[in-house]
Amino acid sequence: MKISRIFLATVSAVSLISMLSACSSVKPYQKNKINDADMTLSARKVQKFEQSFQLYREGASGANGGKSGGGCGCN
Amino acid sequence: MYFGILGTYAQSRPEPAKVDSSKYQSRKLKVDEINLVSAYYHQNGNNSAVTGGIGTEKLSDFANTIDLQMSKFNKRGKKNTFLFELGVDHYTSASSDKIDPNTISSASSADTRIYPSLNWTHSNEETGNSFGFTGSYSTEFDYQSLGAAFNLTRLSKDKNTQFDFKLQAFLDQWTVILPIELRTGNTGREHEQYDTAPRNSFSTSFSLSQVISQKFQAALILEPSYQKGLLATKYQRNYFTDGSLRAETLPDKRYKLPIGLRMNYFLDDHFVIRTFYRYYMDNWGIRAHTAELEIPVKINSFFSISPFYRYNNQVGTKYFAPYGQHAPSEQYFTSDYDLSTLTSDFYGAGIRFAPPKGVFGWQRLNMLELRYGHYSRSTSLVSNILSLNLKFK
Repeated sequence: MKISRIFLATVSAVSLISMLSACSSVKPYQKNKINDADMTLSARKVQKFEQSFQLYREGASGANGGKSGGGCGCN
Repeated sequence: MYFGILGTYAQSRPEPAKVDSSKYQSRKLKVDEINLVSAYYHQNGNNSAVTGGIGTEKLSDFANTIDLQMSKFNKRGKKNTFLFELGVDHYTSASSDKIDPNTISSASSADTRIYPSLNWTHSNEETGNSFGFTGSYSTEFDYQSLGAAFNLTRLSKDKNTQFDFKLQAFLDQWTVILPIELRTGNTGREHEQYDTAPRNSFSTSFSLSQVISQKFQAALILEPSYQKGLLATKYQRNYFTDGSLRAETLPDKRYKLPIGLRMNYFLDDHFVIRTFYRYYMDNWGIRAHTAELEIPVKINSFFSISPFYRYNNQVGTKYFAPYGQHAPSEQYFTSDYDLSTLTSDFYGAGIRFAPPKGVFGWQRLNMLELRYGHYSRSTSLVSNILSLNLKFK
């Protein structure tokens, strides 16, 4: 359990550093593709109730824009 | 000479200044958009927790929300946004009906949940920075919730990096309803007095989003949370190896840590790749890996089809055991298959329609999104969900 936590933290840190170091500065006028509706870094509004039933039917929750527990009689 | 002086004055008289209206911001409260989201969900299975891990899990839910976003600028040019949301869900459940199996159809076979919320966000349009507060309420027959949240957003100067922080609390009250066999005292059904118990949940969310290139951006999300109080569902039965029956009992504290990663890539003018991965762990022993892939296919500039697939692999809580397999010495126990070791697949497709002249030629109806998904779990539970989002501007 401790090894998997260290592994996970390492993967997260490497992802984060790789992500930031690979960045190029994108100017506002170059963001037409980034600003596309399908490129938003969040779940779609239409997925709201899919996230709700997954919250009830599974033990895992959170980090996806939905609830992480509380506010309802869910897990 | 006199007329010459007058003529010179006439030529040099200043004209009225032209007003630069390019940065004018109306200070009137205006409606930005209205969203209607509705979904119909139906499931079935044979491991109902209400009857100890066996029995029908048939359930239907018709869920609806309407949200209204309004904004106005103040004297200093800062934007105030108000988001009001109202949700109403109605569900029917064959398993909840078994809380008292002696009735043909009890009051617990159906319920309605109502949940309003209001968010106020104060933002600077130039920098993109903002902060805000949310208040929420939820009520259903056996559960009431009061919620509050604080949110903060900070952008880098080039607006390629965004940091989001959210602090949230739910102070809930759960009506303690026991299975009929375990109720004591003078409890005529019509005049039953139930105890209540608190259930409080606190979470923080840290999110870092980064534009990596003109076609690629990603976000890392951490959302640690803590729950305290009545975390078990007391009308769920648990049967033991000695034949005895008790109501579900779980620890009164739960620490959760989900870590999520979103990565979106604009492949070309016809394809976008959307991905999501989450690792989850808590102190009840649940570990889960969740991965999602969605590929929007742009048929033209205002119509797209998005097939998707979601896979979830969960190691269940150490407190879980199937029907009749709990040892009498156990302090904590559940036969709720939602908390067991399982895998699940969820797949389907959505369509998104946002023509420039409005959907069906109605200018106000800015966008229509329809999405269907089929869910199947290794514990033999299957469900289907159909969702609709209408956006008005």
